Amino acid sequence: MSLQVAITHRQGAFTLDAAFEAPPGITVLFGCSGSGKTTLINAVAGLQRPQAGRIVLDGQPVFDSAAGVFLPPHRRRLGYVFQEGRLFPHLSVRQNLTYGRWFAPRRARAAEKAEFDRIVDMLGIGPLLERRPAALSGGEKQRVAIGRALLARPGLILADEPLAALDEARKSEILPYFERLRGEVPILYVSHSAAEVARLATTIVVLDQGRVIRQGPAAEVLADPAVTPMGARAAGALLVATVLRHHADGLSELDLGGVPLFLPRVAQAPGSRLRLRIAAHDVILSRRRPEGLSALNILPATVHEVRPGDGPGAIVSLDTAAGRMLARITRRSAQALDLVPGVACHAILKSVAVAPEDIGTPQERAT
Amino acid sequence: MEWLGPEEWQAVALSLKVAIWATLVSLPLGILAAHVLSRRDFPGKALLNGIIHLPLILPPVVTGYLLLLGFGPRGPIGALLEPLGIVFAFRWTGAALAAGIMAFPLMVRAIRLSFDAVDPRLEEAASTLGASRVWVFLTVTLPLILPGVLAGAVLAFAKAMGEFGATITFVSNIPGQTQTLPSAIYTFLQVPGGEASAMRLVLVSIVIAMGALLASEMLARRVQKRVSGT
Repeated sequence: MSLQVAITHRQGAFTLDAAFEAPPGITVLFGCSGSGKTTLINAVAGLQRPQAGRIVLDGQPVFDSAAGVFLPPHRRRLGYVFQEGRLFPHLSVRQNLTYGRWFAPRRARAAEKAEFDRIVDMLGIGPLLERRPAALSGGEKQRVAIGRALLARPGLILADEPLAALDEARKSEILPYFERLRGEVPILYVSHSAAEVARLATTIVVLDQGRVIRQGPAAEVLADPAVTPMGARAAGALLVATVLRHHADGLSELDLGGVPLFLPRVAQAPGSRLRLRIAAHDVILSRRRPEGLSALNILPATVHEVRPGDGPGAIVSLDTAAGRMLARITRRSAQALDLVPGVACHAILKSVAVAPEDIGTPQERAT
Repeated sequence: MEWLGPEEWQAVALSLKVAIWATLVSLPLGILAAHVLSRRDFPGKALLNGIIHLPLILPPVVTGYLLLLGFGPRGPIGALLEPLGIVFAFRWTGAALAAGIMAFPLMVRAIRLSFDAVDPRLEEAASTLGASRVWVFLTVTLPLILPGVLAGAVLAFAKAMGEFGATITFVSNIPGQTQTLPSAIYTFLQVPGGEASAMRLVLVSIVIAMGALLASEMLARRVQKRVSGT
């Protein structure tokens, strides 16, 4: 499964002119509201017809303005998870789930049943099957919407801010399901939440005012200090660590590019790999290795770039043994510490958010 | 129905036949018109809306006269259909046509309201799940508007039962042919001693009209419940 998009569309004063490719995994369209994310995903779905360009799904052009090709949504074999669920109110949860199956290619009855049971089980919606959508909570509705999209047996799942209408608790209830889908079916996911992006994305496409300003693997894009579509406050890098051992005092020791990292006990067994999101504002910089500090986690680093922001702040990108990371400090400190590219320093991590590569509940872990 | 005389019973039976046919034949057209008015934008939409609602505003006798001009034996449409064996003038079919046209605006209004209540985003969702436009309509739109469609049909039926002005102008008042319930009441009131018959038919009219109105109200309430899914 592959997706190539190159379209232009003008709507009033707004022009969308975007091109990107989505490799397997979760591709996140990232940008603030009004950047053209929803127009783009609706064009892929066929709900909106762009003025010009080409959209190729799995080698088949579903839209090609030059050749006059425009496949209607029902012939694109997609599953769309909308922000508001959009469950059919007159059908039960079970009927909602099997709706797409009426139109999907037929399969053996036993295989259909097994697939239905597996997806219902994975989403934990077994007890809800006979209910009406109006009797479901917001989180339950979204889980049913995910199941409904999956059971249509799509070649690509589209998700337009599927968590935006939910509170924090419900968000962390749904996120793991998207993580489970990462290996199952390609996903195009629209978001303006840096935390969601850091947790889910395999590939990130950053949109700004209708243009793609950056695209690439998640860790690479997030470590770029120029990419702060949500403002410097939301900047942060993505690093991968391996669980080494669990200590008796309740701490887990992780290996972060050869540097030991201590976190309150994580649920994963030694050997598992974890995705860590380190927000730029949780990193303190020091020229000398600090002593007499309560923080446990200190990484040697080299300054790669200092990028002053609009206000008094600056984003410093650092090279560490575990990869590129970001620190947000004041410009005054950057000057006082004489931070220029190539200078060695130490990064002190105040807090690390753990997002397991597999399943688990996300937690902010103070260190 | 022993308390109805044969002539009275004939009028009630004819009215039922006329109203049922008028309703059934105009229902698909009513759904189509309601869909177009609710969902489409095109030049001339206001004009179409006006034409559909015209019978509601025009004096019924004018509508009847226009029908006579158009569908009468010498009218352009009547002359066209006559060789095919379709005759409206002074037949019960003409009464059904007049009743259908007079009831059409009421039907379209009721169905249009339920179209307006359906969230088009649900139809989009269905299309992304693989449903073509026809399937989207049959599996999502139609079930959601069904109570509204029934309400519109009931209302149209009641209106068709009671249509008088356009019917008598277009197809006259021939017992057993075109003498519907209201025409019969009118006739009974013109002859001495006919008050008792007229009164019985008045009672029948009230019962049918009241029953239709209550049924329509009940169904309209259900559309709201159904769309909100409770």
